[in-house]
Amino acid sequence: MPKFHLSLTVNGEARELLIDPRRTLLDVLRDELDLRGAHRGCDSGDCGACTVLLDGKPITSCMILAADCDGSTVTTVEGITPAGGLHPVQKALVEKGGIQCGFCTPGMVMAAIGLLNENPNPTEHDVREGLAGNLCRCTGYKKIVEAVLSVEESKA
Amino acid sequence: MQPFDYFSPKTLPEAVEILSRHNGDARVVAGGTDLLLKMKGGRLAPKAIVNIKRLAELRGISETSNSKLQTPNYHLPITTIGALTTLEELRRSPIIRERYPSLCDAANTMASVQIRNLATVGGNMCNAAPSADLAPIFIALDASAVIAGPGGERRVPLEEFFVGPGKTVLESGELLASLEAPPPVGPSLYLKHSPRAHMDIAVVGVGLAAQLSGGVCESARIVLGAVAPVPLRVRRAEAELIGGPFSAERIDRAAKIAAEEAQPIDDVRGAVWYRRKMVEVLVRRGLTAIGGIEN
Ligand SMILES: Cc1cc2nc3c(=O)[nH]c(=O)nc-3n(C[C@H](O)[C@H](O)[C@H](O)COP(=O)(O)OP(=O)(O)OC[C@H]3O[C@@H](n4cnc5c(N)ncnc54)[C@H](O)[C@@H]3O)c2cc1C
Ligand code: FES
Ligand code: FES
Repeated sequence: MPKFHLSLTVNGEARELLIDPRRTLLDVLRDELDLRGAHRGCDSGDCGACTVLLDGKPITSCMILAADCDGSTVTTVEGITPAGGLHPVQKALVEKGGIQCGFCTPGMVMAAIGLLNENPNPTEHDVREGLAGNLCRCTGYKKIVEAVLSVEESKA
Repeated sequence: MQPFDYFSPKTLPEAVEILSRHNGDARVVAGGTDLLLKMKGGRLAPKAIVNIKRLAELRGISETSNSKLQTPNYHLPITTIGALTTLEELRRSPIIRERYPSLCDAANTMASVQIRNLATVGGNMCNAAPSADLAPIFIALDASAVIAGPGGERRVPLEEFFVGPGKTVLESGELLASLEAPPPVGPSLYLKHSPRAHMDIAVVGVGLAAQLSGGVCESARIVLGAVAPVPLRVRRAEAELIGGPFSAERIDRAAKIAAEEAQPIDDVRGAVWYRRKMVEVLVRRGLTAIGGIEN
């Protein structure tokens, strides 16, 4: 099977790759680009652990072929984390106790950033809707929602 | 996943040519949210994948003047919804929100924002799952499928688009270009019953549209999802309503008839008796709400 020539901008950097067309965006991020922040929970669109921003919008990276993303811009959790520091959403999750084992956290962070980009002043209902596709197996939902709401408060 | 050849055509004729050349062995990929699951699970192994996301002709929501003089409200525009419209674009579209709020309601019940940003309207139709949430409401709104293929363009009432689970009238070389919705004739509604509010497919879905004037029902369309091999229009229930007062008794009779007309199966999501009962409950609830919108 011929390889596919993929051009992507990942976390601000232009990348050119030759990939097997069967690879999903998640496969390429983790295995080809060594970006392991997006996690593989279910590989079927149900858990949200693989959430990244594709052209600014949150998507499950396990559910799209990497080749379909040719020419697009991808932002992963590595891309929003300032060197030596934390993004406000990450900080809020730490401060409010929204992190337990941490497996769901990168997906939660990216889904929350996607939500706040569209809607800087979400209600609790908006946050719950925005995170409806993110499972936390430690079931720490209440504090995660509180954390995302506190980001909005601290910005105001 | 089995190996496949990957194509990413930039024009519709090119896409049609690739699909025709593969004679049924090629699969279109739009959002991929249904297709990838099937391919990962080994339930589908196409020889070629044709990414249609670069086809500008399949994008966007637009209004065009209505030339079909026989349709109700012919002075109002027809709305064209490109097959590549994502579920998230559909629910946020100002045109859809204003003219067909029931479509927004249906999209709101679907998946998660991450999936809605990928999943397309065309994919929801062409996957032809009996539970597809947009099918009953689009049929209730009397939408047509605009199909592009080697012979040019053809239109099929969406009601006739579905042939069986996973099967549509699309022939080799054809793809769904858009859906066309005529001007709304009155209030419409989509009701979905599933155990979870999000991230769950319908146990029963009900799409309803009615034209009421002075308390009399001029027309009614009742379409059921997830209770038959294809989205099902229940014409006897509709006939019970048309031409008479939109009263609680008639609504109740129509709801019971709709439950009789349903052809559900037993599966993990619900037993036959339960699905029938829920059809009755949802049809009654939805029609009652539609009566309220009119008043
Ligand atoms: C976690 C999750 C939750 C979901 N929740 C829901 C839900 O609540 N309700 C619901 O109804 N569905 C749901 N789905 C199913 C799916 O997301 C939808 O059916 C979606 O609209 C499919 O669109 P797509 O663009 O991703 O389709 P694809 O996977 O790209 O395509 C589906 C099928 O249609 C064909 N196809 C696609 N576009 C065209 C076209 N224009 N012309 C010809 N053929 C075409 C493809 O070849 C394929 O066979 C869910 C899926 C997941 C993974
Ligand atoms: S790994 Fe992608 S949604 Fe679970
Ligand atoms: S913190 Fe453990 S899965 Fe969410």
